[in-house]
Amino acid sequence: MSSTILISGGTLPDGKKADLLIKDGKIAEISTEIESAGARVIDASKSVLLPGLVDLHTHLREPGKEDAETVESGSRAGVKGGFTALSAMANTSPVADTAGVVEQVYRLGQSTGLLDVFPIGAVTRGLEGEHLAEIGAMADSVARVRVFSDDGHCVFDPLVMRRALEYVKKFNGVIAQHAQEPRLTQGSQMNEGIVSSQLGLKGWPAIAEESIIARDVLLADHVQARLHICHLTTAGGVEIIRWAKARGINVTAEVTPHHLLLTDELARSYDPVFKVNPPLRTEADVMALREALADGTIDIVATDHAPHPAETKECEWQEASFGMLGLETALSIVNKTMVETGLINWATVAERMSYAPARIGLYENQGQELKVGAPAHIAVMDPTSLFRVDRDLVASRSRNTPFHGMELPGQIVATIFNGEVVFEGSRS
Amino acid sequence: MRHLLSISDLSKGEALQILNTAEELARVSDGPMKKLPTLRGRTIVNLFAEDSTRTRISFEAAAKRLSADVINFSAKGSSVSKGESLKDTAQTLQAMGADAVIIRHSASGAAQRLADSQWMTGSVVNAGDGTHEHPSQALLDAFTIRKHLAHGGDDLTGLHIAIVGDVLHSRVARSNVLLLTKLGAQVTLVAPPTLLPVGVESWPVKVSYDFDSVIESVDAVMMLRIQLERMTELFFPNAREYSRYFGLNKDRLKKMKPTAIVMHPGPMNRGLEITADSADSARSVILEQVTNGVSVRMAILYLLLAGSQEIGASE
Repeated sequence: MSSTILISGGTLPDGKKADLLIKDGKIAEISTEIESAGARVIDASKSVLLPGLVDLHTHLREPGKEDAETVESGSRAGVKGGFTALSAMANTSPVADTAGVVEQVYRLGQSTGLLDVFPIGAVTRGLEGEHLAEIGAMADSVARVRVFSDDGHCVFDPLVMRRALEYVKKFNGVIAQHAQEPRLTQGSQMNEGIVSSQLGLKGWPAIAEESIIARDVLLADHVQARLHICHLTTAGGVEIIRWAKARGINVTAEVTPHHLLLTDELARSYDPVFKVNPPLRTEADVMALREALADGTIDIVATDHAPHPAETKECEWQEASFGMLGLETALSIVNKTMVETGLINWATVAERMSYAPARIGLYENQGQELKVGAPAHIAVMDPTSLFRVDRDLVASRSRNTPFHGMELPGQIVATIFNGEVVFEGSRS
Repeated sequence: MRHLLSISDLSKGEALQILNTAEELARVSDGPMKKLPTLRGRTIVNLFAEDSTRTRISFEAAAKRLSADVINFSAKGSSVSKGESLKDTAQTLQAMGADAVIIRHSASGAAQRLADSQWMTGSVVNAGDGTHEHPSQALLDAFTIRKHLAHGGDDLTGLHIAIVGDVLHSRVARSNVLLLTKLGAQVTLVAPPTLLPVGVESWPVKVSYDFDSVIESVDAVMMLRIQLERMTELFFPNAREYSRYFGLNKDRLKKMKPTAIVMHPGPMNRGLEITADSADSARSVILEQVTNGVSVRMAILYLLLAGSQEIGASE
């Protein structure tokens, strides 16, 4: 049943060229010039081989918002982007705050079978920020939830945050915080600064994010717990994380591809495809985020893939939903902003987009080095081939990509999950 | 010029052309026969998704004096208040053959969304979008200032104008800052720090928190309407304190240069940002602003729908 696949002539993350043979779902051999009669051959002579990418922040919208995305369509978008594991955020309808919902999402992922879907559990019941969700039951469920987040909402009450951080220590879980001070961001529409002052859109100050990060690293330190900061967007937030890590606080942080590339200048179009939470910031923030991702202050890239149906984006800016697609373009944008600029090499890409997110989520069997005996989760990517993003050609059910029309470097040639080709790009 | 969305889209030359055209059209309005046949057969829609009787009537009068057919599409009782999307409304107007849509909307950027979309092909005139811009108001303000203070000059070089009040939420202030400075005036914003946007330091203006230190040197004060709900949103402690520091009253009126004028885009809160004696004083040009509004809006519609070649701007 399982196939034998020969990936020929690819470049490993460490820069060495090798053939790679896959059998029985595992990497069977890595060496130069492998001969394997009958194997399906993937020509990787122009490609890099990366461990299958792991996304710690994905909105798959099922159950409840299947018009925007399903576990199945989100999985297709994931493998098209080189991912072999996604983390399904809890803000579904019903909210993933019970074992029942996380098991449903987990089973949908299994039955789709294109990649691993790890459900994230809500921190608080109904994401309302008041009572803890059934955290233990979700952790003990078939879904084995280890990451908890109210993403979309900040766990604002400091006591609730403290208790959550403490409670998940029982099974070495982690709280992924959406850092957004609610009072400072009431009705906020975009980054507060020069552009918002001219556009007359209500500002979203950087400090609304930074003040929560500062509070939470102190809380995590106090109770000796694991904290993960979702979608960091500001230079000031980077400074706080850097300080916390220097102090030995157990904090990790993520950045999204869009915050590595886009700025608040795009809001001048008033096109809500650029409306996202947290908002696009300034050029200086973008540069600080890139530098922090390079030096390890920011641990991972996570997509915050947030599909929305057309009608919630074809409207006035202030009426529109927050969020943008991310899975299918993530690696290309990291290539453009981080690799082509010389900030990181492919070994570091593997760390930031595969090993580290799997470590944070405690995702066994994912995020492993490409070596003999390891599970065959592999992304094969040709970093030099350019493609134009077309919102009408995405695998996602939604079309809200902010990169529409942009030419990006790096196409996925193939994605292999558990030793099977789950995506193969058209040769051009 | 195909649309009028923001003052920033206008060159100085285009802005002056609108003012000069308005001057010519004002002469017509002063004559016995107020109506011109210029836009006969053209359909102009007043799409007012937010209440504003004054601006709507002003545009309606302007369009009618140019002989256009005017359709009023107001928020109350229309499909807009029943939750119809901007897209559907625009496509409906397109299907009815609107040549121009004058839009007032509570969302910043609504006019630009309409113009940039494929939803309709007619010209779009921004009659006030959220807290972003109100370009026709700025043009009529500049027209009024020029008439009173430019001594026959073309632009506003050398004049000092104070815009006083809730700059943060004011589309009138944003458009006026862009236009008055484009025309050579020096602008000072006077407001409590809470009612100035973060980022105002990038605007081509001076900022003062002290009305009294500015009042003596200005050629015009433009008072902005203050909404009382700003008080509950913690922007200032109470109405009395706001009036004391930022209201125009008899004492401040006395300190003004002999030639200086008092302006207000309306509607006024008498007793709050402006006292009755200031509003009704000899310095007040507030009603003249209303009159000039019709001429300036005639000029805008004329240049958009009848004279685009003359302006020379491409689409």
